Amino acid sequence: MKSTMKRHHVVAIASSVTLALSLAACGSDTPEKPEGSGTGTGTASGDCAAYESYGDLSGKTVTVYTSIVAPEDQPHIDSYKPFEECTGASIKYEGSKEFETQLQVRLKAGNAPDIAYIPQPGLLKTIVGQFPDSIVEASAGTSANVDKYYAASWKGYGTVDGKFYAAPLGANVKSFVWYSPSMFADNGYEIPKTYDELIALSDKIVADHGAEGIKPWCAGIGSGEATGWPATDWLEDLVLREAGIDVYNKWITNEVKFNDPQIAAALGKVGAILKNDKYVNGGIGDVKSIATTEFQDGGLPILDGNCFMHRQASFYAANWPEGTDVSEEGDVFAFYFPGMTADSRPVLGGGEFVAAFADRPEVAAFQAYLSSPEWANAKAKATPAGGWVSANSGLDPENLVSPIDKLSFSLLSDTSQDFGFDASDLMPGNVGAGSFWTEMTSWIAENKSDTQVLDAIQASWK
Amino acid sequence: MEWLKQADTTGEKFLLMFVAIALFVLVMGVILFVVDRISRPPKWVLVLGFMGPALIGLAFGLVYPALTTVKASFYDANGETFVGADNYVTAFTEDSFQQVLGNTLAWTLLVPILSTVIGLVYAVLVDRTRVEKFAKTLMFMPMAISMVGASIIWKFMYEYKAVIEGLAPERQPAQIGLLNQVLIWLGLEPQQFLLNGPWNNLFLMIVMIWIQSGFAMTILSAAIKAIPDDTMEAARLDGAGGMRLFTSITIPSVRPALVVVLTTIAMSTLKVFDIVRTMTGGNFGTGVIANEFYTQSFKQANYGLGSALAVILFIFVVPLIVYNVFQMRKSEEMR
Repeated sequence: MKSTMKRHHVVAIASSVTLALSLAACGSDTPEKPEGSGTGTGTASGDCAAYESYGDLSGKTVTVYTSIVAPEDQPHIDSYKPFEECTGASIKYEGSKEFETQLQVRLKAGNAPDIAYIPQPGLLKTIVGQFPDSIVEASAGTSANVDKYYAASWKGYGTVDGKFYAAPLGANVKSFVWYSPSMFADNGYEIPKTYDELIALSDKIVADHGAEGIKPWCAGIGSGEATGWPATDWLEDLVLREAGIDVYNKWITNEVKFNDPQIAAALGKVGAILKNDKYVNGGIGDVKSIATTEFQDGGLPILDGNCFMHRQASFYAANWPEGTDVSEEGDVFAFYFPGMTADSRPVLGGGEFVAAFADRPEVAAFQAYLSSPEWANAKAKATPAGGWVSANSGLDPENLVSPIDKLSFSLLSDTSQDFGFDASDLMPGNVGAGSFWTEMTSWIAENKSDTQVLDAIQASWK
Repeated sequence: MEWLKQADTTGEKFLLMFVAIALFVLVMGVILFVVDRISRPPKWVLVLGFMGPALIGLAFGLVYPALTTVKASFYDANGETFVGADNYVTAFTEDSFQQVLGNTLAWTLLVPILSTVIGLVYAVLVDRTRVEKFAKTLMFMPMAISMVGASIIWKFMYEYKAVIEGLAPERQPAQIGLLNQVLIWLGLEPQQFLLNGPWNNLFLMIVMIWIQSGFAMTILSAAIKAIPDDTMEAARLDGAGGMRLFTSITIPSVRPALVVVLTTIAMSTLKVFDIVRTMTGGNFGTGVIANEFYTQSFKQANYGLGSALAVILFIFVVPLIVYNVFQMRKSEEMR
C-alpha cells in the first residue's frame, strides 16, 4: 500500500515537472524542436505555435463526456496532450456505455459536461429541442476550422435550425465489403467494380461452392437493444446507389416516404441478397439466423472459409480476432461496396460530433482544438492500432497506420463523389433508433413483407 | 471538503456513503430521542415523530414521481404539449403495442400458474422423504441467481447453430447450446428457440418459472407442514387415497398460501424486464410492457408514451395488490 502511494507521488511529481518544463518551452520566444520528435510517445510535440491563439489557460479544466470507453478511450485522452501542454488547461475525460440516456439525464439535472461527443446528429437535434438553454452554439474558432477543413455537408450535420452547434470529430465509412484476399485469389475472383458484377460474383460463388455449403454472403444484425442497425445500413447503401443522393437526403427528412416506390426498389435489392437462402448465411445458417447473430460475429465465417463477403463499416476492423492481418495481402481486407456504374461511387458514412454546454473561453478553445488539423493528426498518431479516421482535410494520411484507415480516408476525401450520412442517425429517434431497427429485424426474423415493413416504419413517423 | 459535493474516487464515494448513513442515523436518532423524552406527549407528536420521516420519504420517493408520471402520460414526447389520451390510444390500438399487451397478459397468466403448480407438486412429492432437504435446496437455488444472470445462462441453453447442408462435418459451426445438441442427438433439426414466435415467448417464460417455482415450493412446503397430522389421519381412515388426500385435504388447507404465492409471482411477472431485455431485447415479438416502457422513455426519448405504459402497468398491478392485502387480512382474522 505504502509503496504504491509513493509511486503515485513520484509519477505525479515527474509529470508535473515535465508539464512545467514543456510549459517553459512553450513560453520561450524561440521554441526549439525537441530532439527526436515524432518518435516515442509521438503526441507530445514541443511545437506550440498553432496553439498560441488559444491563449494561456493554466489552471482551467474542461470536462469531456463521451460514449467511448476502454480500450478506445486512451487514444482520445492521449490526443489531448499537445493542447494540455501548450495551453496549460487540463482535460477531464469521462466515458460511459449509457452515454445516450445519461447525457439527457445529466442535462435535465443541470449537471451538464462542458463538452460531449454526440454520436448521432438525431440526438443533437433532440438535445437542442429539449435543452435549448444548456447547449451553446459552436465557438467562432470551431466554426472557422470547420469551414476551412470540412466539406459543407459535414457542417450541416452539426447544424440545427440554421444554428451551428457541433463540429465533426471522427468519421467512419460504411460502404465496405469485407473479404479474404487469399480466398479470392485462390478462386480467381476479381473485386467487383459495379453492383451487377457484385451480383454476378455472388452467383458464381453459388455455382462454384454452393454444393459444399459455402455461401457468398454472411451477416449478423444482433446488437442487444440496438438489434437491426446493420440492416438499416444495407438499405441506406442501396438507396444511395439505386435512387441517388437527392432522394436519399429527402428520404431523411421524410419528403420521400418510406413506402415510396424508390425506397421499396432499394429494399427489394437488399432482399435479393439478405433474404436469398442461396446467398446467406454462410457458415452460420439460414436467412433467419442473421437476426440472432451478433453483428460482431457476422463476418467471422470468412476466416473459416465458409463465407466470401460481409458488408460492414470500417470499424469492423476491430472485430477480427487478435493476430488477424487486415491488409490487402493479408487475411482479410475490405473493398468498396460498388455503385451501379464504375464511375458512380457514393459513400455511406457516419461520425460523432462535439457539442459544448458551457460558455467559457477554455471550453471554446478546446472545442476549436478538436476541429483543428492539429488534433486530427495528434489523434491519428495516438491510435497506433488503427481503426480511426476523420473527414478533416488537414489530416495527413501518412499519420494513419492501418491500410483500412487509409482506404477510408481516401474515400472520405474524394469530394467528386456523393457522401451520404447514415440516414438512421439523422432521423428522429423513434424512427432512426426505433421502428427502423425493429421493423428491419422483423423483415428478416419474421419474414415480414417489404410493403408491411415500409408501411409500418412510415406509420411511426409523426 | 470538495469530495462532499463531487466524489471522484471509489474511496471518496464510500466515505460519502458513510457520511450520508451517519447523517440519516443522527437525524432519526434525534427525532426519536426528542419524542421519547417528552413525558405524556400528545398523540399527534407521536404520530408525526414515528411516521413523519417515512411519510416524507414516501411522498418524495413514490407519490411525487407517480403523480408526475401520470401527468407526463397526457403530454407529448417532450412533455410540452397536452395531447389528451393520445398516448393511451396509441398503446391500445397500434399493432406492435397490442402485441406487447397480449404478451404481458400471457406472462401474467402462465408464469404464476405454472410456477405454483410445479412448486406445489414438488413440495408434496418431496415432503417427508429422505432427500427432502437436498431436493428443496436444489429447487430453491435458482432464486439466488439474478434475473440477468439466469437470462444469460438460458441464452446459452437456447443458443442456436445451424447444421449447414452440404458443408463438410469438420467445418460445421460448433453447437454450444445444450438444448440444440440434445435435439441433434435425438436426430432432430436444431431450433431457433428465441426467434420463432409465438413459442419464443414460452421459452422466455421458462426462465421466470425456473426462478419462481423455488419460491412457490418454499412457501407451500411450509404450509403443507402446518396441516395437522390428525386431519390427514382422519381422511386416511375414511379411505382417502393419495390423489383424494391431495385434492380434498392438502389444497384446501394451503389455499391462503396458494393465493399469496400466485399473486406475488403475478406481480413480479408483470414487472418482468430483465429477462426480455437480456435475451431478445423485445425483438421477434417478445416485448412486454415493462421493457417497452423503458425503451420508449429512455431510448427513444418518448416520455409521454413511456409514462402512459408505466401507468397502464400500474393499473394492472393495483387489483393484484388489493386482492393480496385483502387475502392476508382474511387469513389473519382466521387465526
